Parts: sequence; C-alpha cells; structure tokens
Amino acid sequence: MITVNSTNHSNEKVTPRKLGTFHGGVHPPFHKDDSNKPVINFAGIPKRLVLPLRQQLGSDAEPCVSVGDSVYKGQLIAHLNHHEGALSANIHAPTSGIIAAITKHALPHPSGLQAQCIIIEPDGKDESSSEHSFKPITDYATFSQNDLLERIQQAGIVGLGGAAFPTAVKLAGSKNAKIKTLIINGAECEPYITCDDRLMREKSAEIILGIKIVLRLINAEECLIGIEDNKPEAIEAMRLASANEFDIEVVSIPTIYPSGGEKQLIKILTRKEVPSGGLPSELGLLSQNVATAYSIYQAVMEGQPLISRIITVTGNGILHPQNFEVLIGTSFAHLAEQAGGTNKMADHLIMGGPMMGFALEDDNIPIIKATNCALFTSSTALRESNPAFSSQAIMPCIRCGKCMDVCPANLLPQQLYWHIRAKDLEKAKEHNLKDCIDCGCCNYVCPSHIPLVDYYRFAKVELREQKIAQEKADISRQRHEFLLYRKERDKRERDEKRAAHKAQLQAKKAAIAKKKADTGENADSDKSDISNSDTTKADAIKAAVARAKEKKIARETQADESLGKKSPRIKPTKNTGTNDEI
Amino acid sequence: MKFKTNTSPFFSSENNVRSVMLQVLIALIPGTLVVAYFYGWGILINVALSVFFALALETLALILRKRPILPFLGDFSAFITGWLLALTLPPLIPWWVIFVGVFFAIIVAKHLYGGLGYNPFNPAMVGFAVLIISFPLEMTQWIQANHINTINTLQTTPPFGFIDSLKSVLGIAASTPDWDAITMATPLDAVKTGLRAGMPYSDIINQSPYLAKTTSNTWLWSGLVFTLGGLWLLYKKVIHWQIPSALILALIMISSLFHLFSNETYASPLLHVFSGATILAAFFIATDPVSASTTPLGKIIYGAGIGLLIYIIRTWGNYPDAVAFAVLIMNMAVPTIDYYTQPRTFGYGTANDKKPSSRRENNP
Ligand code: SF4
Ligand code: SF4
Repeated sequence: MITVNSTNHSNEKVTPRKLGTFHGGVHPPFHKDDSNKPVINFAGIPKRLVLPLRQQLGSDAEPCVSVGDSVYKGQLIAHLNHHEGALSANIHAPTSGIIAAITKHALPHPSGLQAQCIIIEPDGKDESSSEHSFKPITDYATFSQNDLLERIQQAGIVGLGGAAFPTAVKLAGSKNAKIKTLIINGAECEPYITCDDRLMREKSAEIILGIKIVLRLINAEECLIGIEDNKPEAIEAMRLASANEFDIEVVSIPTIYPSGGEKQLIKILTRKEVPSGGLPSELGLLSQNVATAYSIYQAVMEGQPLISRIITVTGNGILHPQNFEVLIGTSFAHLAEQAGGTNKMADHLIMGGPMMGFALEDDNIPIIKATNCALFTSSTALRESNPAFSSQAIMPCIRCGKCMDVCPANLLPQQLYWHIRAKDLEKAKEHNLKDCIDCGCCNYVCPSHIPLVDYYRFAKVELREQKIAQEKADISRQRHEFLLYRKERDKRERDEKRAAHKAQLQAKKAAIAKKKADTGENADSDKSDISNSDTTKADAIKAAVARAKEKKIARETQADESLGKKSPRIKPTKNTGTNDEI
Repeated sequence: MKFKTNTSPFFSSENNVRSVMLQVLIALIPGTLVVAYFYGWGILINVALSVFFALALETLALILRKRPILPFLGDFSAFITGWLLALTLPPLIPWWVIFVGVFFAIIVAKHLYGGLGYNPFNPAMVGFAVLIISFPLEMTQWIQANHINTINTLQTTPPFGFIDSLKSVLGIAASTPDWDAITMATPLDAVKTGLRAGMPYSDIINQSPYLAKTTSNTWLWSGLVFTLGGLWLLYKKVIHWQIPSALILALIMISSLFHLFSNETYASPLLHVFSGATILAAFFIATDPVSASTTPLGKIIYGAGIGLLIYIIRTWGNYPDAVAFAVLIMNMAVPTIDYYTQPRTFGYGTANDKKPSSRRENNP
C-alpha cells in the first residue's frame, strides 16, 4: 500500500496512486451530458423564499427575527439551537426583504412533511449591511483554528453532499482525532447530477482555498480529491488549481456507482475500509464534499454565509437542463421556470439523483441546503432502458444473485429480502442489514424488479423502533431496580446509623464507667499513698481526647450519611470499636 | 404543479427474468442439436413434447392458483424445466413417461412449493428422479448411437425417421421396435455392469469398440458443445463460475484419485466428466438459481458437493447416472450452506488489519 510521505510529495504525484476497489457497483446510464455543458447561471431572486428552520437531522434553529422585520442579505434570521446539542445550523437571509411569515410549510421530504419555516418576501434590492455581515478573512493563516471553526459555524455551513450534517460539528469532532488525510469527495456518482462537476470546472481555485482552510483547521498532512474519470474537465481544472500545492492530490477514479459513497470513496482512495458502525476518523480520515469546501471558502474568505448553492436542474421534462446558483429557499417551480420550464413529459420531480433521491409531490417546495439536483422527468425515461418495466409485474425472487454481485456493502440482498418478507427481522439484523447504505444497486439490477430497498428501509425503521422500545423498557426496568436498590440502601443506612449511635452510647458509658473506676482507684491510692497527681492528670487528658474523638467521629458519620455515601459505613463502627477499648 | 411519487431507486436496468431465462434457452440449443444429431428425431420429439406438457401444466397450475398467467408463462422457466428434463430422457421413450416426469417437475416440485422462486428442489431433477425410480426399464433404453451417423441415415432407417420416431413415442407404431436389438446401455451403465462383474476397466473399454466410439463421439461432442453453451452463460453473467468449476473439478479430482489408485477397478475421469449428464448438470442443472446456493463460497461447496456425490452414487450406488440424486441431496443442504457462508460485509475485519472477521460474533 502506498503511504504518502509528507516530505517527498513531488515523487508521489508522478507515481500513480494504487487505488482500491469496492465490491459490486453498477453502471447505470449516467445522463451527465444532459446538463454539464452550460456555465452556472444565477437562478435569480424569486418572489418568495421559504427557509425551513431545520434542514438536516437534529433540531430546529431558533428564529431571531419577527414577522414584518426587514432583513439584509446575509443577516442571521435563525440561530443554531444551543440547548439540544449543536445539531442545528444558523440560517441567514439569502437576500434583503421583509419577513412575511414564520409558519408551517411543506418541506422537501419523502413523506411531504410540513414544518416551521421563515418566509421572506425579497425586496429585489439584494442589499447587505456591514453590521449584519461577516468580515472577509483574507489571510486565514493568521487566524486561530478556533476562530476559523467559529466562522464556519456562524456561517451556517452544513455538508452539501446530501446529509447536511453541520460542518463545524464534524470538524470540531475531528480536531482531536489526529486526522492524517482529508478526503474531498468530487466523485458525483449519481446519474444526472452535475453540480459538483460544474463547480469544480468553474471554481477550482476557490475550492482549493477552501480545502487549505480545512487542512489547517484539522492539521491534516495531505488531501486526496477523488473525481470520477467521466469528468475529465473537472479533473484537469482541479489539477491545475492545485499544481503548486504539494499536499493536495487530485485522483481520477473509475466511474462506477456508488463510488461517491463516503466509505466507498475512502476504500478507493486509501484502500482502507471504515469499520462497520465506525467513523472515518478512526482511520485518521475526514471527508468533505467539494461543494462544502467551496462554501467554507466563501464563508471565510468572502464573508458570505451559506445562502446559496449550486443545483442541477435536469431531466427530459425540462427544456434547458443546466446548473444554477440558487438561493436557499427558492421553490422548485421557480427553478424549473429558469430552466425554460417543464414540458408535458415531466411527471416526476426527484430531489437528488434517480438512485437515492426521493420524489416530491409538488414543486411549490423550497430547495434546502442539502438539495443538489432537481430532476424533472417522465416515468418512462427512468425506466428507459427497460421498456417492459411498466407492464411487467414484480416477479418472485429467482435467487439469481445479481443483487449480491452488485452490493457495495457485500451483503446478501436476496437473503435480507427473504427474511424481511418473512417478518424475521432478527435474521435480517444478523445478515448485517444495518450496513446497507440504501444505494439501490440491488434494486437496479434485480431481474424480478423487486423493490428491495423499500423492504430494507421498512425493516430499518422497524428495528430502530424496536430498539427504542427496548431501550425504554430497559430504562424503566433500571429505574425500578434503582428504586428497589434505594429503598434497600436507605434501610441499611438507617440500621447502620442506629448501630453507630448505639455504639457511641456504649462508648460513652464505658468511658464514664472507666472514669468512675479511675477516680475510685485514685481515692484508694489517696488513702494508701501520696496521691499521684500526674497520673490523674494524664487520665483526664486521655478522657478528654477520647470525647473529642467521639464527637469528631459522630460528626463524620453524620456527614457521610447526609452525603448518601454507601461505602464508608464500616469506618464509624470500627472507630466505635476503638472507642470501646478506651 | 403536482407530480407522481414513488420511492428510490427510480432507475432499473434492462434485466428481467424473461431475458435471463431466454439466455439459458439459447445456450441449450446447440448442445441439444448435437445430441439429436447422434440420437435422432427422438430427442427433438422429447424436447417438444416435454416443453408442451410443461407449458400446459404451468398454465393449469397458474389458473388453479389464481396467478396472472402471461408474466409467469412468459418468463420461460417452465420452458427450461421441460427442456432440461427432456435432455435427460432416452429417445423414443413413451409420451406418458414424459408426461409423468413433467407433472412431477412442474406441479409437485414447483407449484406445490409456491411456484417460481420458492421451490427448494430442482424441478427437472425431481421429475427425473421420479421416473428413474418408477420406470427403470424405459429410462435406460438408449438406442445405439453408433447405428447412425447422420440425420439422413436416420430418416431412412426405421424406426429413426421422424414419422416413425413420433409414432413410436406416441405408441401408435405399426410394429414395436425390437428394443433389444437397437438399444444399448449407456457407457456409464456398461462400465458399471462390467466393473461389477469383475472385468478390468481397460477390457471393458477395449473389448467393445462400440463403447469406445460412443464415448469419444456422442458424449464427448455433446459435452463439448454444452460446455460452449455454459461458457456463453458465464459470459452473459447469467450463471456464476463457482458451481460449474467446483462441480467438474471435484469430480475430476475424486475420480482421478481412485483411477490412479486402481485404474482397472475405477473408471477414468474422462468417462465421468464426458458421459451421462455431467456437463449438462454443471452448467445448466446445478446452476438453476432457485434451488442452488446463493453465496459465492456456498456455491463452491454446493458445486463440489454435487461433483463428489455424482461420483459416489455412480460408483457405489444402484443407479446408472447420479446427477439427479446428487443435485437433490445438495438442494437439501442449501439453507445450511447459505447460512454459514455469508460473505464478509464491508467494514468487518480483515480488509485493514487481517484480523479474523468479526462476523461470527454476530452469528451466535
Ligand atoms: S436480483 Fe432479485 S431475483 Fe435476483 S436474487 Fe436478488 S432479489 Fe432475487
Ligand atoms: S441498497 Fe443495500 S443491500 Fe442493496 S446494494 Fe445497496 S447496500 Fe447492498
């Protein structure tokens, strides 16, 4: 395996990197040429911007504007929620305008979910104010890591590859993890999508700067940029832009879906497998999408928060497929209009690609930070390669194993399917259902057209719910057990207290008795001998010390008990024992 | 604007059951023609009748089970079952024997178990096993291939002409052929009988130039052409390489072992590989996806198991050929094999650190 030597990079670039491969994968029609020719245009300011308070897993951001307020471009309108963990991100006004409403609106979500959104009516002036914007940091090297990290957090940057995980959280988590290699994902393996391709062609220098910022932030030694070889122009542009960066290497990787899956790309570039359930940081790796690197550049060096992104608008239902720079909150309908409008064939609207995206019922839905593609297409185009599909029913599984041959997770999709069908979720779990990445390869090749991924999604949700229920049951059982334990403990403590008390009393009694005895002795000696005042004095001192000791012990015991400690119970008893001897 | 919704992936490839099965049919044709070249019209009549029965019974079963008929009939799976069964039957076998075989294959082995995709046993082999047990005589009447060399001579020499063959199969021939005169034990049968009688292997082969000739001509040629068909399926990715390779290799290894150990009491590997239904089994029967193992390692075990069982049953069992029983026995082992041969899932053990896979821990 090639290990990159940090001091000898010039040689490294000459010898081709030995790439890894992952099992399976498919070559669907990629349709990249449909949309990758025109340059990125600005999609314009729509009449209305709808900004969901939550655009990723996690919690809502909190609005910090009210209805009727006018806002400037780039002004913070909802700040990340500190209370419920930092899994939320700042939201800024994409352009200047009036807050028209803060209300429920349909989100781009597979189930047509509605949630709180801030709705802005743009005034068309696109005004910004210095008061409400970030200062560009031209010399990022003079800024501390924490300052840079804070800027990224303030700018509301999330992973733009799809999951929209807050970038600052990811970077902060990796700061301590000794990251050696930064992986930049420019694979863009989903069919139809070309936004990263166009971005790399047009903004390569900016992306490289963004990468350098991240490299500084996480103290990584090197950066590998993985780009599928069906994007030669992007590879060329990125190579040019990084020609003088000895620690950044652009790697051309074979075109195969899903090479852009995080773990798959890591396997290709580093030949390492991220352990199941583990994170790349365990291997000293961190991955970021090219678009995220670009938005980091914008946030740091241009002072622009994440208020727009590049989106591919494509499909045979669109007149002029192309890529746009789109303000977050723009509706899909507006996008379609900008691309020349839809034609009669458009009966599907898919956010994301055809392999892993999801269908939207309505185009009056805003794009969010995670939207990378709006695919307007006819159902027949999706099944183009297979005209029989619409008429052909779903057939039983013939166990042909084609699904297994293409599964990048090296699972046995057919067995998962049988077990889930038989409602035997435990078996599915045993067959590592959780390692399924929902890539859809199995589904794609299945000659029986079984909607395999639907089964996996169902089973995963089901198992998650079972787990939650199980956890709840566990918690209440633990609570019950703790209750019993506490009762038991309280009783024991009371008993011990009582015992200690008793012992103290006895000790006292013993001391008194001893004193009496001593006085008696003294009296006797008084009679017979010259009284030995020294002895009496010593005895008196002894008794006084003993009393003080007793008091101290009693205090300690009380303190222990009030603290609810359970172990040092023995101490007082032992001491009382000593007292007894006195 | 409103759109239709659906779930991902929205794409699907051009694969469908029909095209997969169609490839199998295409691959079967050349081998079938070679067999027919040596054995005459009877083979083709067998195939036609068997396929016809298979389709008819499939339709009937689908009607009875209230299933859509066209998609299932159009998937060619019954077609293939019928065809494969026919290839294992001797020519000129009475039509009702074919019918019984197909009935057990389609109705009992397939539809009673839930139809396409659900049958644990290979339907064609179930049909064959039932026939060899019920009609041992009819099932071993292979006409002498060396009587004939071309289809042309066939047509002129009764009862090998098309009409005569058909009449014979349908049982309406004017005179029944003199079976003793025209039939002949298959090489496997002859060798087995000879070895049982204590004859040295080389004598059995040499004494009967006819046997040597049959071995080298009929079985060898058809075996080679069926191999070509199998390679086509491999090339088309319809079957995986594991089962055929493991089956043939295991058979070669065990037969060589015994043959080297005692070459006069055990038949040669060549005979084992190129006679009976070995090649057909390796590429077309054992690879039937529904009843075979599905994991890569499982397929190797499954194929090798069949290869070994073929040898064991042929050598020490009571039936002339062993393919059907070997396949059926291994069919039974499939669930267990599959369970213990799950491939290493991405992200489990080995790849980075060469540590043993952690998957066993997940499988109590
Ligand atoms: S590809 Fe489809 S038919 Fe083939 S084994 Fe997988 S699920 Fe079954
Ligand atoms: S969706 Fe899951 S099971 Fe299917 S190919 Fe992808 S990872 Fe494998």
